[in-house]
Amino acid sequence: MGTTDPNSEFTTAAELVPQSWKHRHLLGLENLNKEDITTLLQTAVTLKSATSGCHNKLDILEDLTIANMFFEDSTRTRNSFSLAARRLGAETVEFSASSSSLSKGETLIDTAKTIEAMNVDAIVIRHSTPGSPHLLSNNVDCSILNAGDGPHEHPTQGMLDIMTIYEQRGTIEGLTVAMVGDITYSRTARSNIWGLKTLGAHVIVCGPSTLVSSAWEQYGVEVSHNLDDIIPRCDVLNLLRIQFERQYTRPFPSVREYAFLYGMNKERMAHAKEDILILAPGPINRGVEVTPDVADGPHSVILNQVTNGIAVRMAALTLTTTANQRQSSNGGSE
Amino acid sequence: MMSDSSPLATTENSLLIRGGQVIDPSQDYNGIADILVIDGVIVEIGKNLSGNNNVIDATDKIVAPGLVDIHVQLREPGFEEDECIATGTAAAIAGGFTSIACLPNTSPAIDTQAQIQFIQQKAIQADNCNVYVIAAVSKNRQGEELAEMGMLAETGAVGFSDAPAPLGNTDLFRRALEYSKMFNKPILDHPELPELSQSGIMHAGATSMVLGLSGMHPDSEELATGRDLLLCETTGGRLHLMDISTQGSVELIRRAKARGVIVTAEVSPHNFSLTDESLRSFNSNCKVNPPLRDQRCIEACVAGLQDGTLDVIASSHAPRASEKKMQELDQAPFGISALETALALVISELIEPGHLDWDSALEKLTVNPARVLGLAKGTLEIGADADVTIIDPHHQWTVTRSSFRSKSCNTPYLGRSLKGRADTVLVGGEVRFQVS
Repeated sequence: MGTTDPNSEFTTAAELVPQSWKHRHLLGLENLNKEDITTLLQTAVTLKSATSGCHNKLDILEDLTIANMFFEDSTRTRNSFSLAARRLGAETVEFSASSSSLSKGETLIDTAKTIEAMNVDAIVIRHSTPGSPHLLSNNVDCSILNAGDGPHEHPTQGMLDIMTIYEQRGTIEGLTVAMVGDITYSRTARSNIWGLKTLGAHVIVCGPSTLVSSAWEQYGVEVSHNLDDIIPRCDVLNLLRIQFERQYTRPFPSVREYAFLYGMNKERMAHAKEDILILAPGPINRGVEVTPDVADGPHSVILNQVTNGIAVRMAALTLTTTANQRQSSNGGSE
Repeated sequence: MMSDSSPLATTENSLLIRGGQVIDPSQDYNGIADILVIDGVIVEIGKNLSGNNNVIDATDKIVAPGLVDIHVQLREPGFEEDECIATGTAAAIAGGFTSIACLPNTSPAIDTQAQIQFIQQKAIQADNCNVYVIAAVSKNRQGEELAEMGMLAETGAVGFSDAPAPLGNTDLFRRALEYSKMFNKPILDHPELPELSQSGIMHAGATSMVLGLSGMHPDSEELATGRDLLLCETTGGRLHLMDISTQGSVELIRRAKARGVIVTAEVSPHNFSLTDESLRSFNSNCKVNPPLRDQRCIEACVAGLQDGTLDVIASSHAPRASEKKMQELDQAPFGISALETALALVISELIEPGHLDWDSALEKLTVNPARVLGLAKGTLEIGADADVTIIDPHHQWTVTRSSFRSKSCNTPYLGRSLKGRADTVLVGGEVRFQVS
C-alpha cells in the first residue's frame, strides 16, 4: 500500500509531505479518504524508522512551536504529542485548563487566539465536547489537531491502532477487527471504525446493547452483543475501556457482570485464531475488559501501540503544519 | 369622522392597497382585489376601488392579513445582549409579523402585572408591531406555585406558559389547566420529559451516534405530549402544544383530535426544513430545542400541517448573542433567531414544493395562531385593524448577517438562498416596514 518508500531520503518536512495531502487540520478520520489515511500511515512508518523507533531526534520541525491544550486529564496522549513534537525539534507549550484564563471565564476561542498570538504553529486540543476542535479550526489560522473530542473522534489513537495492526500484518484490507466494549462513549472506537473501513477491513462492534447501537449497521459495521460468537472470526480484538465518566445512567448492572460477558480472558483466548492480535487503547482496567494474562500475553501488542503513538503524532504534526505553510504561502485555504 | 358627501377614498386617512392577490383564510377569500383602509381599519375589499390619496400598488404580490407569531422570545428584560423589545419587534415586522406573543423567559420572569405593563410600554415605544404577553404559569417559572393568573389575565396576559422550559410538574400543570379555564386563556406547553433529554445537544439517532453528541430522544417529547393531551382531555382545559417535532407527537395529536379533544399545536420552520445532519458541521446555530430531527419527522410534520393536525406555524424565535453561541456545543444555548426567515421558509419549503397551498399556509400564520390566543387579529374582515402583510412571493434573497434586524443572527440558514419575503407591512393602516 502507499507510494512513499519508507527508506527514502528526506531532510525537510516539505520533502516528506506529498502534495496530495491538503489537510491543515487533523480533526478526525471520518472525512479522510484512503489516500489520506495511507499517507498518514506511511509517514508514521517512515518517521518511526528515521528516528530508529521514535527514539532519535530528527529536526524537521525545528522552527515550530506546538501548544498542548488539554481540557481533560491525559498523561499518555499529552506526553506522546509532546515527545513527538520534541523528537522533530519543535518547541512545546503546555497549557492546562485549570491554570488558565478559562477558569476566569475566557472563552475557548479567545484562549486559543491568545495562544496562537504567541506564534504557535499548531494546537493539539483535547476537550470533553465533540466539535470543539472543529470550532477552533474555524477561528484560528494555525493547525488544529484533535487529541480527543468527547466521544466523537481521536484520530491519532485510531491511526496508532491501525499502524500497530499494519506492522504485524502488513495490510489492513480483508482483516476482521472487533472493537469490544463501550462504543457509545468511545472516540477511539469511532476513529478506528472510519480508518479501518476506509482501508478495507471488516469491522465488528461488540458490547452490551446499551453501549452498542444497532444504527452502526447503517454504516456498514457489523453489530454484535455476544463476544463468544465473534471471537473465532476475528484477526484483531481492540478492547475498549468503559468510559464511566461520560455515562449519566450506568448502562449495565455491575462491573462484575460486564467482565463476565465481555472481559477477554484465557478461556476466551482458547477460541481465538492462533495469530489474533490484542489491542487496548488504555488505560487498561485489568480484570474488567481484559485479564492480566491476556494483556501481558504473547498476542498483546499494547506496548507497541504506545510507541506507535509517537510515530503517528510525529506524522500528524508534520503533515498538518506543512499543509498549513503551503496554503498560507499560496494564499489558499482548505 | 368623514362627511357623508365626500367619497370614502378621498378622506385624509385613507389608503388603498391596489391590485394584489388578496388571500384571507379567515374569510376563505382568494382573489385579485383592492383593499380600502380608512383610519386604520379595513373598510372594503373589492374590485376597482377608487382612491386618490395613498395608494400601494400590490400587483403581482400577495396581500395577506398581518402575520401572527405566537412563539417569540424577546429577551428583555434581563437578556438585552440577545435581543430587546425594540430590535425583536423590528425583526418581527421585517419578517411580516404584525402581531407577536412573547414568552415569559425574561429575568425576572413575566409573572407579575408590572412585568406585563413593562413589556406593553416598551412595545408601544418601539412602535413596530403589536406585542401580546404570554405570562408564566408558575411563579418565577419554577414549576412550584401558580402565578396570579387572574390578575395577569386582567393586565393583558393572553396565555400562560413556562416555555421554553417544559411544565415538568404534572400536578401543577393539571391545576393550571383547570384554573386558567376561568379566564378562558390557554396553557402553552413545550412538551419534553427532561429525564430523557437532559444534557442532550441534538436529536438521538444515527447522526448523534456518529458525532458522539448526547441525544434527545423523541420519546422525551412524545411522552410529554401524551401526558399533556390526557390532562387536556380530563380537565377540559385549553392546551396549546408548542414546538412539535416528532412523528410520534404528530400522531398522538392526530388521534386526540379525532376523538374530540380540543387542542392546538404548532411547528417551527426549522423543524420542517432541517434535519439532524445539519449538526455534522458542529455549528451551534443548529442547536435548538426541540432538536432538528430526521427526515421521517419532517415528513410527519408536513403531513400534520396538511391534514390540520398542526394548526400553527410559529417561528420559535430564540435570539442568542454570538458570544454565547460561539462556544463548545454543550455550553452554547439552544435557539435560532427565526423571525426574519420564517415566512421565506414557509414559502420555500412548503408552498414552492407543493406541500401546502397559499391559503392553508397563511391560515397557519394568521387566523389560526390568532385564535389560539383569542386575538382579533389575522383577518382582513371589514372593521378589523388594518394589519396587512404584502408578500413578494418571487423575490429570491440570500440570508446574511446584515439581513437581520434582530440583535442576534444565530441562524443555521446563513448563506442559504430563500424565496419570498414581506414587501410592505402595515399595522393599524400605517406602513411600518417597506422593502427599500
